[in-house]
Amino acid sequence: MDMPILSITAFAPLLGMLIIGLIPKAKENLIRWTALIATFPSLLGAVKIFMDFDRSSAAIQFQEGPFNWIPAFNIQYYFGLDGLSVTMVILTALISTICILASWKVTKQIKGYFALFLLLETGMMGTFMALDFFLFFVFWEIMLLPMYFLIGIWGGARREYAAIKFFLYTMFGSVLMMLVMVALYLNIGTFNMVAMQDQALIMSEFSHWARTLCWLGLFVGFAVKVPVFPFHTWLPDAHVEAPTAISVILAGVLLKMGTYGILRFNFQIFPDITVEMAKWLAVLGVINIVYGALCAMAQRDFKKLIAYSSVSHMGFVLLGMASFTSEGLNGAVLQMFNHGTITAQLFLIVGILYDRAHHREINGFGGMSSIMPRYAVWTTIAFFAAIGLPGLSGFISEALIFLGSFQQWPLLTTVAVSSVVLSAAYMLWTLQRVYLGKINEKYKDFPDISAREAFCLFPLALIVLVLGVYPKPILNMMMTSLDNINQVLGQHGAPLLTTFLNK
Amino acid sequence: MQVLENSASFQYFLPEMILGLTLLVVLILDLNEELSKSRLIAPWTAAVGIILYVAVSLMMRVQLPAAITFHGMMANDSFTDFFRVFSGASALLAVFLSVQSKELQDVKVEYWILLLGITLGMPVLAGANNLLMIYLAMEMVSILSYIVVGYLRKSRQSSEAALKYVLYGATASGIMIYGLSIIFGVAGSLDVLEIQKFLINNPVGTGRIALFVGLLMTLAGFGYKISAVPFHMWAPDVYQGAPTPVTAFLSVGPKAAGFAILLRFTYTALAQFNVDTQVFTPLKYLDITGLMAVLAVLTMTVGNFLAIQQTNTKRFLAYSSIAHAGYMLIAAATLSTLALQGVLFYLVAYFIMNMGAFAVTIMVINATGSEELSSFKGLAKRSGGGALIAMLMAVFMFSLVGLPPTFGFVGKFYLFMSVIKAKLYWLAVIGVINSVVSLYYYLRVVKYMYFDEAEDEKSLGLKGFAFPGVVTSLGLVTLILGIYWEPIAVFVQESANMILK
Repeated sequence: MDMPILSITAFAPLLGMLIIGLIPKAKENLIRWTALIATFPSLLGAVKIFMDFDRSSAAIQFQEGPFNWIPAFNIQYYFGLDGLSVTMVILTALISTICILASWKVTKQIKGYFALFLLLETGMMGTFMALDFFLFFVFWEIMLLPMYFLIGIWGGARREYAAIKFFLYTMFGSVLMMLVMVALYLNIGTFNMVAMQDQALIMSEFSHWARTLCWLGLFVGFAVKVPVFPFHTWLPDAHVEAPTAISVILAGVLLKMGTYGILRFNFQIFPDITVEMAKWLAVLGVINIVYGALCAMAQRDFKKLIAYSSVSHMGFVLLGMASFTSEGLNGAVLQMFNHGTITAQLFLIVGILYDRAHHREINGFGGMSSIMPRYAVWTTIAFFAAIGLPGLSGFISEALIFLGSFQQWPLLTTVAVSSVVLSAAYMLWTLQRVYLGKINEKYKDFPDISAREAFCLFPLALIVLVLGVYPKPILNMMMTSLDNINQVLGQHGAPLLTTFLNK
Repeated sequence: MQVLENSASFQYFLPEMILGLTLLVVLILDLNEELSKSRLIAPWTAAVGIILYVAVSLMMRVQLPAAITFHGMMANDSFTDFFRVFSGASALLAVFLSVQSKELQDVKVEYWILLLGITLGMPVLAGANNLLMIYLAMEMVSILSYIVVGYLRKSRQSSEAALKYVLYGATASGIMIYGLSIIFGVAGSLDVLEIQKFLINNPVGTGRIALFVGLLMTLAGFGYKISAVPFHMWAPDVYQGAPTPVTAFLSVGPKAAGFAILLRFTYTALAQFNVDTQVFTPLKYLDITGLMAVLAVLTMTVGNFLAIQQTNTKRFLAYSSIAHAGYMLIAAATLSTLALQGVLFYLVAYFIMNMGAFAVTIMVINATGSEELSSFKGLAKRSGGGALIAMLMAVFMFSLVGLPPTFGFVGKFYLFMSVIKAKLYWLAVIGVINSVVSLYYYLRVVKYMYFDEAEDEKSLGLKGFAFPGVVTSLGLVTLILGIYWEPIAVFVQESANMILK
């Protein structure tokens, strides 16, 4: 039997958590190193997946199982990757390791922090890998617990409020998802997500009305996570209050679970309803884009600004998904990946500043680029990537999304494009207020970025630069699977358009 | 189905006879002056008797075919056996908690006898197949419960709780027996199966209004036992006033027995079971599903919303247990095999997580002397076992919310499955929204333990292995069964076999 790469990738952090549980509280460095090393198998697994993934196939790869888990309900242990999930697993592995490094300076209850963090990583990995709905749901929910504690214990001033708000919102979404899961199981007799995609079965077991209801149930569950307007209000609180590394995880990985879920469940199990709802997806996407950007512009808190920019950028994903074009869908998933790497940098950058100044008032800084010149370089890369400057990865995905969605929704896309100006505005304005201008005397002794901090940013910046000129390594991993999704949507009446994109 | 006469029935009653015998042995032990001085001899004897009881019940489950015994008084089927095991297990834990609790340090022997008596009453209630038997068993459980609730004679709260319990209990059982007599009057028999026959052969609905009134009154009696709204008023006061181990026991054991008789009565007398299709059909002109669904919605919602504002731990757990009765009722309302399994499964889950929560509460009360929720503040940081018991409490709380990977989640999964299968979507949606509400107040306990600073930095002084060991294993079971529950699924599948099949 082959080595179960996916299980190792997913469960190595869990093992690390158990080991950390055995280490005495006082040995802080040992705990840190154990946590870091515990993420290495996942990272190596991700590298191996990246190398071995067959880019020409839309089939499930690295399949493990399905093995019987609870035969009484036909629940199975079933892991696998396709073009949709593979990039997310790579992203998760990368961001997790970086976040452990970024958490090196955490001093409060280190043991608990790293143990919960590793549990969180397992939860995220499992969510992207699971191909059994029940298994997926278990991982989806497992993630909530460490997240709640990580925000609630290690967060900022209003951490308790933010933690419970996050928990209640997500729980509300996931209970609806659970009901749909149960309904699917009762009618189809399996939790196997691949088997659930059998349209003949779905069509015969569910009336149109029932399909719409199920689609909505799933959508709300995932929309809370994305977050789609109007379910987004937990996000600014959670992002702002969470410690730096956790904000990175939240923005870098957790938000993608929402869009991943929509693509995996709504798109593939109920494609016909997706086609009917596409218009609303696009509208919600545009609301997210514009509303998020406007809110970002109004913020005075640096971190809150980044948080709202995430709302805006995740709107692009929705818009791209709803376009039924190869460009749009590929752009959407690429945007999920790119947004993960870019926002992770942005949050790290805010974190670096906060560690030194202990506040995040945008107007409270000034001339930081003269005080911390090397830090300013890293910031500039990330900021321009977020704006979508050509040559950096954000541009590729946004351009693809616009290319795709303009063919389908010209008017909405025109509105959405305006956000390019908005995002340039709030980003550059922030850059100006924080990094340029008169030097704030209070901060003139700040040390420049440390080697560890730079080391956290380096891989992310490298990816942003490389993918900005040569996106193919990531893009061709997803393309076959995503085109397949589009084909299925096309069979259910989606107006597929000709595509400029070829492999 | 074979109806056995008395002499042939005794073999079916062997476990209960063992329990009765244990009760007598405990009583006799106390007469010996030497032995009566030892504080632990009575609980140990009781524990051994209960273990024997469970073991024999499990053995009989395999060996004896289901039968109706004592001229139709009792139904001995795997459903009854399930509640034998369940009652035994909950009594065993109650005995253990009573020994560990500081509140009950100088109990006399009669306390253990009362506990054994309640334990004896519960399976009899679960197996009752005759209206009179239902009433007698119910009273056996209730009257003994009144006494244990008021066992702390010197505590005003305890006496007050007992008095309230008696008043509510007497009213409820009065209403119930009136309802039972109406049903008897219309159906012409006390035998549950005969009543079903009458209803099946009465499609035109002779005496339907009288029957409906009788049914409502009977449900009031059952509702009182499971603390369903609007018959729940006694629960918070009684839960708060009673000695904590007794509260733990009441919230699990007698409540489960109440569910047992509710299920048996509604599923046998008021519904018809088709063996081939495995479908229960509610009998015409008695909309039992609608009635129970309304009760369920009320129970969940009132329980959850009132739990939010509680500051006393035991009151808080009382409202939480009302809410859980509501969850089980939504499944019970659907009249299906799946619901039957679901409720039994949920009872097992509820037993473990609720007992666990109470056990931690007892630890905290032992250490701090306070029953206020605020005594949980900063628990995770306190020395003397704080980290361990806070973690366990968090597991139990998450399980009560119904989050994976805990046993409570699987329980909820079962319940909602039966509701969706019955296509009662509105009920399912109300149910899940209720569990989101419950998240809020269960998380408050977690927040107290982990996010807040302790009001009192003193060590908790948790000593010994027995108490932490038992509670830790309850926590582990909660997690392990949350990941792999196949054995319980099979056990429950076998137990959901009422005699009618």
